[in-house]
Amino acid sequence: MMQTVLTVTAVVLSLAAAGAIVRIGRGPSLLDRVLAADVLLAIFGAALCIDMAVNRHLNNLMLLVAISLIGFVGSVTVARFVAERRESVRES
Amino acid sequence: MNPETVIDAVSAVFMVTGALMSLGAAIGLLRFPDLMSRMHAATKPQVLGLFLLLAALGLQMRSWWVWPVLVVAWLFQLLTVPVSAHMVGRAGYRTKHLHPELLSSDELEAVVQQAAGQQAAKHGVDDDDEAGR
Repeated sequence: MMQTVLTVTAVVLSLAAAGAIVRIGRGPSLLDRVLAADVLLAIFGAALCIDMAVNRHLNNLMLLVAISLIGFVGSVTVARFVAERRESVRES
Repeated sequence: MNPETVIDAVSAVFMVTGALMSLGAAIGLLRFPDLMSRMHAATKPQVLGLFLLLAALGLQMRSWWVWPVLVVAWLFQLLTVPVSAHMVGRAGYRTKHLHPELLSSDELEAVVQQAAGQQAAKHGVDDDDEAGR
């Protein structure tokens, strides 16, 4: 049963990652791309979780926490940058 | 039907549902029209999807000491995701990445107008279009 679950989730997560990558490439604005990259990181985290659950180990748990931290820092930094750039354009 | 089979079935359902959350987020990212509605779709795998997958992991490990670690990982995600969503949403509102006709109510608009009016009255210049403050 676990092999079936692994196959189904692999297909579903691959489709989801393809959709997020399409939005990263096509997204009209920078914020759309940041949001899609955040979703891609969440999909990576989901893949790590499923690997741990199917193979019954806990090696990826710290990597999962690190991935959520990286997504947080990345999206906050880019959102700050977008707001700052807009402000400075308006000031000048 | 022994308990092992039941636990396996429950965790299999959790894993498939959590993966479908990611697929739903990707479909929402592709089909929704603007940044705000895409943000609505993007939060599904970050909170509920991660919760389901961590629950499946805890069920598969068959031990109690792993649950506090998983709760800490989920709480960490739960603390960081709203902050980054707030920052992205604020930057999107400031840079006008939204379709105002799609919003059912825009409560920030009145506050922005009031602040712009106060600033204009204070400085004696009328720059009403400075809605970003």
